[in-house]
Amino acid sequence: MSEKSEKYLLSGEKSKWEVVIGLEVHAQVTSNSKLFSASSTKFGAEPNTQVSLIDSAFPGMLPVINEYCIQQAVKTGLGLNAKINSYSVFDRKNYFYADLPQGYQISQYKNPIVGEGEITLDLPNGSKKVGIERLHLEQDAGKSIHDLDPSSTFVDLNRSGVALMEIVSKPDLRSPDEVNAYVKKLRSIMRYLGTCDGNMQEGSLRADVNVSVRKEGDTKLGTRCEIKNVNSIKFMQMAIVYEAKRQVELLESGKSIDQETRLFDTKKNETRSMRSKEDAHDYRYFPDPDLLPLNLDKKLIEKIKKDLPELPDEKKERFIKEHSLTTYEANVLVSEKEISNYFEEVIKTSDKKLAKNWIMGDLFASLNEKNISISESPVTAKKMSQLIDSISSGVISGRTAKEVFEIMKETGEDPKKIIESKGLQQKSDPKELEKIIDKILLDNKDKAEQYKSGKDKLFGFFVGQVMKESGGKANPQLVNEILKKKLK
Amino acid sequence: MSIDKDKIKHISKLARISLDSKKTDTLAKDLSSIFKFIEQLNELNTDKTEPLSSILNEPLRSRKDVVNDGKIREKILENSPQKNEEFFVVPKVIE
Repeated sequence: MSEKSEKYLLSGEKSKWEVVIGLEVHAQVTSNSKLFSASSTKFGAEPNTQVSLIDSAFPGMLPVINEYCIQQAVKTGLGLNAKINSYSVFDRKNYFYADLPQGYQISQYKNPIVGEGEITLDLPNGSKKVGIERLHLEQDAGKSIHDLDPSSTFVDLNRSGVALMEIVSKPDLRSPDEVNAYVKKLRSIMRYLGTCDGNMQEGSLRADVNVSVRKEGDTKLGTRCEIKNVNSIKFMQMAIVYEAKRQVELLESGKSIDQETRLFDTKKNETRSMRSKEDAHDYRYFPDPDLLPLNLDKKLIEKIKKDLPELPDEKKERFIKEHSLTTYEANVLVSEKEISNYFEEVIKTSDKKLAKNWIMGDLFASLNEKNISISESPVTAKKMSQLIDSISSGVISGRTAKEVFEIMKETGEDPKKIIESKGLQQKSDPKELEKIIDKILLDNKDKAEQYKSGKDKLFGFFVGQVMKESGGKANPQLVNEILKKKLK
Repeated sequence: MSIDKDKIKHISKLARISLDSKKTDTLAKDLSSIFKFIEQLNELNTDKTEPLSSILNEPLRSRKDVVNDGKIREKILENSPQKNEEFFVVPKVIE
């Protein structure tokens, strides 16, 4: 397919429009304690139990930075092939909101810890590089709960002060599908690195989506709108589709776009202007006087670089080379750290080709069906390995293996036990098979004669009869061999 | 830079400080003269000077990633004008 036919364009009344998207992803840093305080970051605790005097902004409290969060940000930067800035500064971003007790968020403005980098997306029609503008460290805010009381809002500060990495992309994305690929790849890289768990249900990964449109062929960027705080890939895609269409309609009717902050209403599937945030862009950033500039030691950066784990792109190349996988198969198997771990665990002892087929086939189907992740699968890598070995060594046929798997995926039972208790072992004893075959040939003398006189097609009939007689357990390869000999 | 009344209103809104119009007038005048004084600094050429973020020539202090704080909900909520057993309670803020 040519690249042109793959291009995502919106058809307006008058012309075709290109959609330009940039993402600001907020990723929660994996750490035990918060960015500037020693309270826990654990998800799901009782409200306001993981709050220190710093997180609740009591007067006179001073922030002290968590050195592990700094390392995590550097690690992520290196994973994004980005420039690590040896000098960075923490600034105050000032705004009032009930879940921001300080009245400002400590963030990084002019001097972020990580500069420009790059992510490679694996798309159906090839790969595409997407630029990273920057990555900076900042504090998360608390959580406002609006639905526990009809007349007031409840505030839980457990999340207040948790470390976030804001990762800003360049406006390089051109379609909802590319946004999907970008967020998944970014998430995958951070999960390989162990710097963010990427759990979107728990809010560990959220994004502000910048959308603008321009006529096909234009090189100048249009006026953008920012859709705040979208917490799932599906919602990001829906918001982009809606917002781009809205902008095209405005422009085609001769109106202009106001640069503004909008929110995505998931129930109505529309974006709305956040009028209350009109002045909010006036954040009056200034360097936080409570914190000194951060100077990174070159040795620390080198050490983190040396200790980087194998990342999805490298792993993909290695899988293609070492395990003769196709690009597609390799992409699927490295897409999540847990999946590649599972695959590598299975092929330690078992046949690669069978492993690949079973994991991408039956196992994925069962995970989809139950809507669980591979690490929650009752069929562990070890058990999958045993099942595959039973096929390779001829104990059971591929068809019987499917039966065994059906039981395993429900109960998580050991395949060996299932095979034994159900008596599913293949009949591979030639003498026993010969007995069955002799009986079949005797019962079907006429057909045996016809076969010998040239009716080759009947061979399948005999195989079928033998399988039926053996209750499906005869080793098909042996049956073939013996039958051929006997029917000569 | 002269500070006019609109600027004062804008800043007081951002800072959540309410001002009557008389106060706005005096503040506009006072702040304008303060700015005029400070802006003498603009006479200096700072093209080749890096902005200063701190006057202390010391490294940023850091701590290990250890949890040893929190679990003081009663203390945290104690001074809140409005609260319940678990939460701070504030006027309804909904978009």
